[in-house]
Amino acid sequence: MNGRGHSAARVWAMLLRYLYLLRSSWPRTVELMYWPTLQMLIWGFMSQFLYVNSSYVFRAFGVLLAAVMLWDVLFRGQLGLSMSFLEEMWARNLGHLFVTPLRPYEWVLSLLSMSMIRVLLGILPAALLAIPLYHYSIFSMGLPLVAFFAVLLVMGWALGMAICGLILRQGMGAEGLAWTVVFTLSPISAVYYPVSILPSWLQHVAWALPSTYVFEGMRAVLFTGIFRADYLLTAAALDVFFVTLGAAAFLFAFHDARRRGALLQMGE
Amino acid sequence: MRFGESDERQPASPMLADQPAMSHIGAMFEPAVTVENLVKHYPTAVAVDGISFTVRRGVTAALLGGNGAGKTTTLSILLGLLLPTAGSVRVLGEDMLRHRYRALPRMNFSSPFVDLPHRLTVRQNLLIYARLYGLPRRGERIERLAEDLQIAGFLERPAGKLSAGQKTRVALAKALLNEPELLLLDEPTASLDPDTGDWVRGYLEAYRARTGATILMASHNMAEVERLCSEVMMMKAGRIVDRGSPKALIDRYGRTNLEEVFLHIARGSHAELERVA
Repeated sequence: MNGRGHSAARVWAMLLRYLYLLRSSWPRTVELMYWPTLQMLIWGFMSQFLYVNSSYVFRAFGVLLAAVMLWDVLFRGQLGLSMSFLEEMWARNLGHLFVTPLRPYEWVLSLLSMSMIRVLLGILPAALLAIPLYHYSIFSMGLPLVAFFAVLLVMGWALGMAICGLILRQGMGAEGLAWTVVFTLSPISAVYYPVSILPSWLQHVAWALPSTYVFEGMRAVLFTGIFRADYLLTAAALDVFFVTLGAAAFLFAFHDARRRGALLQMGE
Repeated sequence: MRFGESDERQPASPMLADQPAMSHIGAMFEPAVTVENLVKHYPTAVAVDGISFTVRRGVTAALLGGNGAGKTTTLSILLGLLLPTAGSVRVLGEDMLRHRYRALPRMNFSSPFVDLPHRLTVRQNLLIYARLYGLPRRGERIERLAEDLQIAGFLERPAGKLSAGQKTRVALAKALLNEPELLLLDEPTASLDPDTGDWVRGYLEAYRARTGATILMASHNMAEVERLCSEVMMMKAGRIVDRGSPKALIDRYGRTNLEEVFLHIARGSHAELERVA
């Protein structure tokens, strides 16, 4: 097997580890689907109510449902990565992993793959359930949906890597960040309302986030049927910037952990 | 039957391969480990203070010393888990600071203080590490190791539900998956009953004799070191204060066993130790 083959085998080995973990506990698998489905139910009924009471939702019934599901892509993308990372912290397993030929970037690739699997496991059942419940299919957005999904997933990865770097640096005391940081982006990502609602100074911050372009682009598709390619390109460029930053933060923190001797001690 | 009862306690002769796994013939004459002027400073402490040593290939050597002497720090640096402040480390002919991924596939590590993930079964854990080492015929390798180390009976049990003795044997199986040329062990028999500890020591002796591997261990167990090791480095406060074979050290300090030498060194002043050494 060549070097690249060995590398792919190690990424697969780590992915397998997380799949074994997922399989070992059915409540965890159910929990993956539980929250997105619950969110979809709440916002679905809210949409039905607002459809007859709000001109905003009347313009496109699925606008809130699509927003909640796409938001979950970002949230679950980040959480999926952070949770697999935290599994190694809780198991105090870094001391075993990094005396093998596993490279840090291979570990990161396995974390990203697991994040994608967790997002799909969480979001797909909710999206499919919305079809019979509300006669709304998010898949009717077509190809733009794939672009929105990709941009938000990559943004979740960038955030996840930065958070994992912080946990490596600060220890398990920073574990709570994995659940909370992403929510600070929710108000300024204009998930449920247009960015123009925000104060003008905050709009500058909002437009620096890939997620804002996705949610504005989503509304453009749903309200007017126009796909804003300019939004997508800007979001993709920002994604590249943030994911590079996230990966650099993670790798720096990993190197720093080797310097401080934290790889053997890290854990609960 | 409980592990270890009856004559099953005889260490099984390791039978993972017919030939030693020494693949780098050109580097055979270089010591397995060469450490020069190794220093590790933490903001509030000096863990390792300029030590130098070599470990010849095919021997079992030990780092001995009290708590905080710098043994585990030294092992961590040898494994590439910890970056030194200064100094150089060569393992199996490779510079560990620059090319550790050339050496890591040929070495392994076991410690009772670093458990395998608890929620995975023993087999799942071993399969994942076998994949990480890129081993072919993984299932077969695990079955043979399981037979050798008498862990076949609990391969499907979660690693977190094993007794201390079972965990030690599973950790040893993980450490021997890639049939390492260099095996680093941190307190290999800590928390084991004397019977199981004796079995593990027998197994390690048999493994080294069969494969020609090098074993470097950190230990507090003097009887274990006397039995297994031909070279001992006595550490105190981050420095190597004396070295030699167990017999040479016992003779030099005029004691009857290594434990007395250890106590003498642990309680003695640096000046006195330098005079004896």
